[in-house]
Amino acid sequence: MDAGFVFIQFLSGLTVATLLFLVASGLTLVFGVGRVFNFAHGSFYMIGAYFAYTCVSMWNINFWVALAVSSIGVGLFGMLMESLFLRRIYGRAEEGGFQILLTYCFILIIDDLVKMIWGTEYKSIARPPGFSGSVMIGDLIMPTYNLAIIAIGLIVVVAAWLILTRTRPGRITRATAIDREMLNALGVNVPLTMTIVFGIATGLGGMAGALAAPLRSVTPGAGIEVIIDSLIVVVLGGMGNFWGAWLGALVIGEVNAFAVVFVPKWASLFSFLVMVVVLIFKPEGLFSTRKIRKV
Amino acid sequence: MNSSVKLKETAPWIVLILIFSLVPVLNTSDYQLTLANHMLVWGLFAVSFNMLFGQTGMLSFGQALYYGLGAYFTGMLVDRIGPEWFLPGMGMGIIAAGLLALAIGPLTIRVTGVYFTVLTLAFAQLAWGITFKWYEFTGGDDGIQGILPPGILNDPVVYYYFTLALVLASIWFLRRIAHSPFGLTLRCIRQNPERVRFLGRRVRRNQLGIYIISGVFAALAGGLVAGVDNSIHTDMFFWTTSGEVILMSVLGGIGQFFGPFLGAGLIILIEDVVGAYTEYWSFIIGAIMLVMVILFPMGVLGEIQKLRARMKGRHAKREITGEGELGTDPRTR
Repeated sequence: MDAGFVFIQFLSGLTVATLLFLVASGLTLVFGVGRVFNFAHGSFYMIGAYFAYTCVSMWNINFWVALAVSSIGVGLFGMLMESLFLRRIYGRAEEGGFQILLTYCFILIIDDLVKMIWGTEYKSIARPPGFSGSVMIGDLIMPTYNLAIIAIGLIVVVAAWLILTRTRPGRITRATAIDREMLNALGVNVPLTMTIVFGIATGLGGMAGALAAPLRSVTPGAGIEVIIDSLIVVVLGGMGNFWGAWLGALVIGEVNAFAVVFVPKWASLFSFLVMVVVLIFKPEGLFSTRKIRKV
Repeated sequence: MNSSVKLKETAPWIVLILIFSLVPVLNTSDYQLTLANHMLVWGLFAVSFNMLFGQTGMLSFGQALYYGLGAYFTGMLVDRIGPEWFLPGMGMGIIAAGLLALAIGPLTIRVTGVYFTVLTLAFAQLAWGITFKWYEFTGGDDGIQGILPPGILNDPVVYYYFTLALVLASIWFLRRIAHSPFGLTLRCIRQNPERVRFLGRRVRRNQLGIYIISGVFAALAGGLVAGVDNSIHTDMFFWTTSGEVILMSVLGGIGQFFGPFLGAGLIILIEDVVGAYTEYWSFIIGAIMLVMVILFPMGVLGEIQKLRARMKGRHAKREITGEGELGTDPRTR
């Protein structure tokens, strides 16, 4: 195994990691800010992929426009779901369990809706123009689209960091995570903030779905696969921790990329193994600042 | 215990035994017998799950692990050796589930809330992945067909009564647990684990205990279903199986002991009726459950109980039963 091969494997792991991070960041954002556990996050990812498919393959819209349309569309849909349903159970006793249940209902409903609208057959969309080729690294091939995904991921990370730390909406978001009541007393519309954060989070999920669509085929089962992986990522990083999600995604992405080389058959089990091992030694996740070992 | 309480306690049993023991007598359709059989087995699975969720407040999303384990022990032993290994296989599956729960439990109950849910989900998915990928050993996605119970049990009606007896005995046992001091401790843990510790009870040990018991009965349900369907499949380990049992419990009412049993029957009925008209039955179930979670979080049985309590409340003060506390409406607390 030479260095070039390792580098290519690393890059392909990084592509997977970037997509995982985009999904997981949405999951961890709503959990960190609003203590909302969105089990249906993978379904929003899936809708993003289908939106992109409709825009690109059926309406012949430019891929990058389609990406924006999908992200915003999914975000708006997420805001609708939050304000119609999820908002009604905030503050209930044993809220966590009910959130999981409610968002599980979202999965059942959205997955069947997708089947009704788009059918069950596999859909695929072409890579965007200008990114259909590949570059040679040594004598190995790296598709340029994968590199584009990595670049977009980096932009999102930096942008999210800047917004969260340097702007007023970012400050309000962080304050919501710490003390909702006090923020309300200061005149901030907390329910609206929650809806917007939920919209941004699901929008990130939709964006990941749209970005992944040219790489993976678009299927009604896509949401389920993604939610389990991103749950692992989020738990690894410590739920609600933005940077933790990034690192968790990196670990899972790379572990998968190299496991495929050494033990192709069992590769898909490695993410679970990593998670189990981490949780045995550090149940609060690698980067959690919060203590979760109650009692 | 006065006579009215005694009647209250025995009434669900009489209804249960009457309805289910009459099924084979009333109609001869094999399909309906299988349906009733599924209701029984899933009812047991749901009740065992609710010992964790409704009673102790631990939302496990991985009970499919034990259900699948029970089914695969039974199914694989029959497939590899012969039908005479059906009952021993079931027993071994139950023991294996207990041991596995004893091994996994200490890891999962260290964490609470959403973390517990995710960790149990991960363990179950790991088991699903292994079963799915290990084609040479488990048959992978093909599953295993032709699992016939031995001797007289091979007759569908006899097997039905066998299931009925085992399910009733198990539910009776779980009911005894729910009403024991151990069960009371579990309900206290659900409401306030910290105070339970102040009272000198070990929270984790009790949680581990009920986690093992719940897993053991899930394995029994899995073993029984292998004989009902005469086949097993990797989907038994899949997270949708864990999800299904959660939906059943919530529909019936997690605050009531018999709620999940009722919910299991209802969901199977809905799937059967709706499934005849449309393939999108999970959409229907999702919509029903959405309404339940938002408007009727106490479930069918819980809401009925609340209604009855309200009618009675005009005459007398609320009777304090073992389930009074559990049936509190989460919206008003």
